Amino acid sequence: MSAPLLHVDQVGKRFGGFVALDGVNLSVAQGERLGLIGPNGSGKSTLVNCICGTLQNEDGRVTFDGRKVDGLAAHQRTILGLARSFQLPRPFHSMSVADNLRIPLLYAVKARLGPAISARELDAHCVEYLRLVSLDHKADKQPRDLTQVEMRKLELARAMAAEPKLLIADESMAGLSHSEIDDILKLLMRMNERGVTIIMIEHIMSAVMSFSQRLVVLVSGKKIADGDPQEVVRNPEVEKAYLG
Amino acid sequence: MKSRIFLIVALAVAAALFVFARLLGSEYFFFAGYVVLQFIVLATAWNILGGYCGYVNFGSAAFFAVGAYTSVFFHKAYPLPIPVLILLGGLIAGIIGLGMGYLTLRLRGAFFAIATLALAVVLQTLIVNWQYVGGSRGAYAIRPAAIDVLGVSLPYMQYLFILMLILAVGAVVIARMIERSRLGYGFATIRDDELAAEACGVPTLRLKLIATTISGALMGMAGAPFPYYITYIEPSSAFGLAYAVNSIAMPMIGGTGSWIGPLVGAILLGSIQEVARVTISSAVNLLIVGVLLVFFVIIAPNGLVGLVQNWMKAKAKS
Repeated sequence: MSAPLLHVDQVGKRFGGFVALDGVNLSVAQGERLGLIGPNGSGKSTLVNCICGTLQNEDGRVTFDGRKVDGLAAHQRTILGLARSFQLPRPFHSMSVADNLRIPLLYAVKARLGPAISARELDAHCVEYLRLVSLDHKADKQPRDLTQVEMRKLELARAMAAEPKLLIADESMAGLSHSEIDDILKLLMRMNERGVTIIMIEHIMSAVMSFSQRLVVLVSGKKIADGDPQEVVRNPEVEKAYLG
Repeated sequence: MKSRIFLIVALAVAAALFVFARLLGSEYFFFAGYVVLQFIVLATAWNILGGYCGYVNFGSAAFFAVGAYTSVFFHKAYPLPIPVLILLGGLIAGIIGLGMGYLTLRLRGAFFAIATLALAVVLQTLIVNWQYVGGSRGAYAIRPAAIDVLGVSLPYMQYLFILMLILAVGAVVIARMIERSRLGYGFATIRDDELAAEACGVPTLRLKLIATTISGALMGMAGAPFPYYITYIEPSSAFGLAYAVNSIAMPMIGGTGSWIGPLVGAILLGSIQEVARVTISSAVNLLIVGVLLVFFVIIAPNGLVGLVQNWMKAKAKS
């Protein structure tokens, strides 16, 4: 088996006396679709923040694409190919929808490829991502003119536009209707077919179950289950964590 | 418009302004015009950090004074031509901007603003206690009545006017170039959401340091000819409240989103103040600024440029 794309080894994070992550291990293979679940406050977002560099882990190490990324700033990790979307969409309010997507292209993709990619190619990529999330008719609109689901799509598209190897979608479906959830799921599947590895963090079980090839459960900062989704949800410990 | 064409147009406007001033034949016009031009540089410089990146700098006067006192120092130590002093003032103020950035850019919002204010106080205290540049007594920078420029004898005030005119053109051209570049996009992401910017691969700290350096350097450049303009300089005039307040008020009133805002704000507010200085009293200046600032913050938070844009949008719809 080839080396995993992402390897999280004994990662720990404390906030004062509160232990948010306690020796978490996680491996994600190239091209995999991983679901990450856990009750509120179980440390899912903290783990994402530690992987992406928004927070720095105190213990353990994070290896991405064969490279130790501990201590690297978030933007450096994005340039290496590790992108994330935020749980609450954080668009750049003063820019048009198209310009929102242009930022990761200008910074992450341009920094990766250098002069090999021309301004015209970047524009073409921008249009492509707008079409992918069917926001091309709103390219010149401001984020405040978007609906909730469009905002979520913009958030995902902006993470995709960084053209990552690994995409972490942090609760990108919360508060959406069934048909909207299907939209987002299709989008993530299409990304995966393009070869992007995806970690999905979600509370909506039907979405996680249909999407994930493997499921990981975090409870109180500890990993309590990792494996086939069907088996994991039948695990007594997982049932106890969710149902009490 | 391409930057090169814009530069040519800007230089043409500047040249026309100078020719107009010469034809007017009033030495006072050069004297007052210099102040307005100086405010164009200060307001544009402030806007690079304050408007583009969203970091409010209350310490503009400190950077201006660093430029001015660099000139005072060299005036005593080793007299140099003013264009060289402008470059030196810009260099030193730029380095201080970079240093300030390193120390303070981990702070956000009001805390950053307070830190810049503190920097101004620290620097003023240093200058007050530095006897070589005059300390609290101040220093004289005696200027000749005229100077030869390319074989033409020019009254010194007109020479200073030309220098400030070139600086103003330079500052506006730089601001406009930044606005339309990758750097400008990066600055805007910092203003909107730093966490999201980092997630998109924007090196926010490095960009903020670039902004403080450019902004500080331009302010220092605006200050460098000041001792020769005023001929007697003291810490309380170089670190004057008027510089800090105007550098903020002018972009706010003009509009902080683009290079036009600070330009319009500086011309408008600077001219009103110069007119008020000779017609009413020199003390009424800051009152005018204060009243206009309050008015604009409430009525038109996006400044004059924002007002015009809204009006044009409304017109296009109807």
